Amino acid sequence: MGIKGLFGRGLFKAGSGAIATLALSAAMTAQAFADDVKQTLGQPTDKAMGWQLAGSDLKEKTEWFYNDLLFPIITIICLVVLALLVWVVIRYNKKSNPVPAKFSHNTLIEILWTVVPVLILVVIAIFSLGLLRDYNNMPKPDVVVKATGNQWFWTYDFPELGVTDVESRLREDAKDMKTAQKAGVPYLLEVDNPLVVPVNKVIHVQTTGADVIHSFTIPAFGFKIDAIPGRLNNTWFKAKKIGTYYGQCSELCGKDHAYMPIEIKVVSDADFDAYIIAQGGKTRAMLASEAVASAAAASAAAQSAEAPASAAASSSAAATSASATPAGNGAAAAH
Amino acid sequence: MSSHAASHDHAAHAHEDHEHKPGFFARWVFTTNHKDIGTLYLIFAIFAGLIGGAFSGLIRWELAEPGLQVFMKGSMLDQMGLFNLSNPDHAKHAYNSVVTAHAVIMIFFMVMPATMGGFANWFVPIMIGAPDMAFPRLNNISFWMLVAAFVLLCISIFTPSGPGGEHGFAGGWTMYPPMSSHTGSPGPAMDLVILSFHLAGASSILGSINFITTIFNMRAPGMTLHRMPLFAWSVLVTAFLLLLSLPVLAGAITMLLTDRNFGTAFFDPTGGGDPVMFQHLFWFFGHPEVYILILPGFGIISHIVSTFSKKPVFGYLAMAYAMVAIGFVGFIVWAHHMYTVGLSFDLRAYFVLATMVIAVPTGVKVFSWIATMWGGSISFTVPMQWAIGFIFLFTVGGVTGVVLSNAAVDYSLQDTYYVVAHFHYVLSLGAVFSIFAGFYYWFEKMFGVKYNKWLGGAHFWIMFIGVNLIFFPQHFLGLQGMPRRYIDYPVGFSYWNMISSVGYAITAVGVVVFLIMCLEAAIVRRKGEANPWGEGATTLEWTLSSPPPYHQFSELPVIKEDDQH
Repeated sequence: MGIKGLFGRGLFKAGSGAIATLALSAAMTAQAFADDVKQTLGQPTDKAMGWQLAGSDLKEKTEWFYNDLLFPIITIICLVVLALLVWVVIRYNKKSNPVPAKFSHNTLIEILWTVVPVLILVVIAIFSLGLLRDYNNMPKPDVVVKATGNQWFWTYDFPELGVTDVESRLREDAKDMKTAQKAGVPYLLEVDNPLVVPVNKVIHVQTTGADVIHSFTIPAFGFKIDAIPGRLNNTWFKAKKIGTYYGQCSELCGKDHAYMPIEIKVVSDADFDAYIIAQGGKTRAMLASEAVASAAAASAAAQSAEAPASAAASSSAAATSASATPAGNGAAAAH
Repeated sequence: MSSHAASHDHAAHAHEDHEHKPGFFARWVFTTNHKDIGTLYLIFAIFAGLIGGAFSGLIRWELAEPGLQVFMKGSMLDQMGLFNLSNPDHAKHAYNSVVTAHAVIMIFFMVMPATMGGFANWFVPIMIGAPDMAFPRLNNISFWMLVAAFVLLCISIFTPSGPGGEHGFAGGWTMYPPMSSHTGSPGPAMDLVILSFHLAGASSILGSINFITTIFNMRAPGMTLHRMPLFAWSVLVTAFLLLLSLPVLAGAITMLLTDRNFGTAFFDPTGGGDPVMFQHLFWFFGHPEVYILILPGFGIISHIVSTFSKKPVFGYLAMAYAMVAIGFVGFIVWAHHMYTVGLSFDLRAYFVLATMVIAVPTGVKVFSWIATMWGGSISFTVPMQWAIGFIFLFTVGGVTGVVLSNAAVDYSLQDTYYVVAHFHYVLSLGAVFSIFAGFYYWFEKMFGVKYNKWLGGAHFWIMFIGVNLIFFPQHFLGLQGMPRRYIDYPVGFSYWNMISSVGYAITAVGVVVFLIMCLEAAIVRRKGEANPWGEGATTLEWTLSSPPPYHQFSELPVIKEDDQH
């Protein structure tokens, strides 16, 4: 055999065996290694091998679906294929099996390897479509946020709360690794005006693009939705914990595609209201009480007009004025 | 599948061979000979592959560490003077244009020319017992149109594109408007790219018509479709995919061209158009395209596995019709590339289910390859090593495809490095491994000389380790949320990016070994045998001399029986 045969035969068999052992031990140590890495909620962690920590129920479900169903299935499939290949290499090489068999059919096994994958896929599909439905069925939203992708920054509006055009750009000191470290902010992720939302509330996200297509995402919340000019796309999330969550534009949008991060600060209800007021908007409570006041004014006006059916008129006027206010949901809740 | 040719006279061929070979210029420029055209395609593919591979080197070099190191003023790349990196805007744009060019070159000018151009031209006529292709002159123009397309693409890299006059189209190979329309790329580079795609598309459509006609009409007596070797089947299916999908791409990019230059608004919402419509049209082509890249590889792997196991292919008919099924289903799954554009629930649910279906025929193929080896008497030649490597790595790439088919998971993984890892496992480690497998399998047949086995084995192992090191860690990056097409990234992605770049360096060594292997074989010129692989090699090309006579089968072989399946 000599040196020429080394790569040709011997090493190949040895290599295949080594790879099989490596793959097995890698699969086993991977979990241990992944556990070693202490992750920070809301941002990527160096050396991590799995998902970012989940910040919402939906992302937790997604991670469960991947970690506990998809990943075991695909790992087993790969290991089975690897084991079969290694067995074939060891058992059916020229030396071990000098006379080849001549069969080329086996109906039973052909049916089996068609039907078994179908069954596995059916199981995956059931969970997959259930999860897709969870993503699709947005609960009644508490806050509506509109995110507009621009080259190369995001603008945020709270259309119901009267807050518009909050421009969110990569912060100067986060543009350089040294200054970012000095300021204690994550490089390429920290923005000047983060999007602020309340904790444990359903946030309805609407996206659109001002120039080219961008994509709005926060890995910890497990959503991603394209911001396309001429379209208003919808998705939602509900953050479980107060904290800062980072994402990055996820559709190639030009030279500064890598420099338009998304930062969401999840805060308490009170902090959120304070933020909205500071931005010149009105909180949900303020809008609700205004709605009540205007409804009362409307009913008073109806009574002074001495209409006979005053009760019916006042209730319909109240309904009209409540639904006419931007914070329809908040007003309804206040009633 | 393996059919037995009636013996026929090689000596007579060798004789006429020397009489009709034209001079160098007429032979290589005006050639209508399917084998010469195949060789031209292979040389072209290697050349384009080296350029595309160098581009991926620039990407991995830049991404080795966080921060900008390569695409910036004063870097080594800047001193080379190839790209304009004079200010940060030009430099960042140049990175995106390199990413774009890497994809376009590898898909249209490396993999497709190697499989559908090189191997298919060389071996489909021989395998079906035909003297040449049905339309030899069409074959010639197909090749030269592709060269013209490549030249246009290369020119576009050095042509103004961005709003600030930055060079080279930088909107990705998917060319989504408005990045590719006037808003994102006002310069003429995009128009050159569109023209390049038109030419490359026309080249492929003409080539496909040629293959379909050849396979349907020029099979030797007794070579029924169900006796036809699987490589010919794979090329037939691929040719249909090209023929049906490329016109849709041509339409889409023509609309893009008129949007850019003649005031139409097909994809411009301010004029009533819709950018998402382009994505539908693009992926209606783009998804079949990925099967176009891999199907000929399936055919090649079937031959190699059967030859070196000394056994007929297991489940020949299932293998052939699995490819037909993959080709068909490939046309009705396109929107799984578009889960995040705002499709309705029903549409997303449909595309989830349809996409999963593809796993079934693909699984049939993987298991059938293993069953072909089962009970065989396997010799681990260089092509067989590549083939076994292919089967495993393609499986890894395939199962992550099943993961990505789930729209709910895709919300977290769309446009991240998980997707990059997935499609490089099926293409860079799938299609490319099948190309190298085929190259070593037919090397002696095509060039009439033997390659050095040690160099071939070293090439395999270095590449195997290198590409896995590049792409496996990218799964981790994707799960952590690292977006694709980024010139720079947060420090949280540093470690696996560095590992990935080390993998690139190893792979680059593998490519150098490949070139040395070619050079060594050309210099030493060990004379090749007609059939170096022995009894397992049953297809018609092994009945001819190595290299085959300039014109083969002037007397058609007669295929008598096929007792093997």
